[in-house]
Amino acid sequence: MALISRGFSGRPRSDEPDLPPGQYLTSDFPVLSAGPTPRVPLDTWAFTIVTEAGERHSWDWKAFRQLPAEDLTVDLHCVTRWSKLGTSWRGVSLDTLLEDVETAAEYAHVRSYGGYTTNLPLEDLLDGQAWIAFEYDGEDLAPEHGGPARLLVPHLYLWKSAKWVQGLILTPEDEPGFWETAGYHIYGDPWREQRYAGD
Amino acid sequence: MTDSFSTSLPAPDGSAPDGTATVPEPAFLDGNAAAGPLRELFTVDLTAAVGTCASCGDAGPLGGVRLFTQAPGLVGRCPGCEDVLFTLVRSERDTYLSMKGFTTLRFPTAG
Amino acid sequence: MRWQPAEVSAVHAETQSARTLTLRVEGWAGHLPGQHVDVRLTAADGYTATRSYSISSAPAEGELEITVDEVRGGEVSPYLVRDAAPGDAVEVRGPLGGWFVWSPDSIRPLQLVAGGSGIAPLMSMLRARAAAGSTAPARLLYSVRRPGAAIFAAELERLAAPGSGLEVTYAYTRAVPPGWPRPAGRVDARLLAEAAWPADRSPDVYVCGPTGFVETAADLLVAAGHSATDVRTERFGPTGSTS
Repeated sequence: MALISRGFSGRPRSDEPDLPPGQYLTSDFPVLSAGPTPRVPLDTWAFTIVTEAGERHSWDWKAFRQLPAEDLTVDLHCVTRWSKLGTSWRGVSLDTLLEDVETAAEYAHVRSYGGYTTNLPLEDLLDGQAWIAFEYDGEDLAPEHGGPARLLVPHLYLWKSAKWVQGLILTPEDEPGFWETAGYHIYGDPWREQRYAGD
Repeated sequence: MTDSFSTSLPAPDGSAPDGTATVPEPAFLDGNAAAGPLRELFTVDLTAAVGTCASCGDAGPLGGVRLFTQAPGLVGRCPGCEDVLFTLVRSERDTYLSMKGFTTLRFPTAG
Repeated sequence: MRWQPAEVSAVHAETQSARTLTLRVEGWAGHLPGQHVDVRLTAADGYTATRSYSISSAPAEGELEITVDEVRGGEVSPYLVRDAAPGDAVEVRGPLGGWFVWSPDSIRPLQLVAGGSGIAPLMSMLRARAAAGSTAPARLLYSVRRPGAAIFAAELERLAAPGSGLEVTYAYTRAVPPGWPRPAGRVDARLLAEAAWPADRSPDVYVCGPTGFVETAADLLVAAGHSATDVRTERFGPTGSTS
């Protein structure tokens, strides 16, 4: 039993009914980072999808920005327990990027500039659930928030929304990424509080 | 060491950022700051142990690695090549420690 | 290593924003100068927050001192600097860290470089040095914003009395005292060359402060010929995310 420090309350916490279990509301946008921030010049940036057959689909920045983009407003849930509601983004839907990709793979392994990786089922990237976002709050996405472009999969914990995204490798098996290898949940649904590997 | 939830770095003299438009680097600390969580797992201090990086071969004390703490876990990176040396993730139930970035850790032999 | 109950036995204001807290811990066996403790606070509803603080006192049995600078908007430091009072309870785990430590047995010259409240673990070294009657010649370069922001200024002046073997040099980054020979500015190569031991004296070097300060100072020291492995650093900033 921990010793209570008289008069200590800690950061404001509330049981918001609209939040996933164990989350608290924040209004700022905390920057979490497992390593140095990569600087990716737009003239060398590319987003590449590699299928299980080795087929490559690649977009340089210019080609990527010519794809139809959409504005979206989504809630973010970080596994470190903060949630931020109603964030505004602009990005290209993964439905658009995967439209001409022929695959029977069930999983996507996400790779980022700087070496970060994560994993998720391919179906979680489809049907209007995921974007490659390049604007936040009407501005170019800042490097500390994942710019030039990041994956955005708001229905999963935010570590799945890989910053500085470089591409997807489509695989038949679910291959754990950086945090999934380090002890976090293979899927990461905030509403089912799938934080750690055993949850 | 002191606490902060600021998302930008303090200026080099320890003052608050004064509004200059620099992109904040993610703050990292020294491996020293992992001494407490590691002492929950080990009976000896790990921060004085000398680790050899599996990626670049540099060797140095764990206390001197780059420790990223504003993350879902602690991430120790090699000061030479920035590759991941160790990660430490704690839940209320379990602690997960990966040391796969080290080829060896050298400790003084006890006794 | 277990969490131990600690009682705040005294508090002492150091500057407008910094305060020293004396913590009494049963069975505390002392520490090595430079070590830190993890401090855990628990709210009435069970919520906990853990932070690391360098120990600023000389090693002693049964108690230790931490010197905390308030981080505006922080979660733990405002409580420790403003609210905690003698008799209040916290928990500590420590002493911690075996790398950023100095032994009073060392006969090498001692070079300390502090930025702001980064003076805390270096103060423990200087207090231990004085208590042990160490003859290791010591120099402290202490960067603060303005004269009133220096923590331990009066004690440092006493510790640096003639014959002590300690020299203290201040770098004021925003405002200097009247008649100060240098303009306000950050620690640079020239100041290091004037005020720090040269590399060929092979000093033990300890640098503590905010990340950016430590980065700059450590780079300057290595550029001045100090071996990177001799320059021990303690950055402070965000901690506690796994707790």
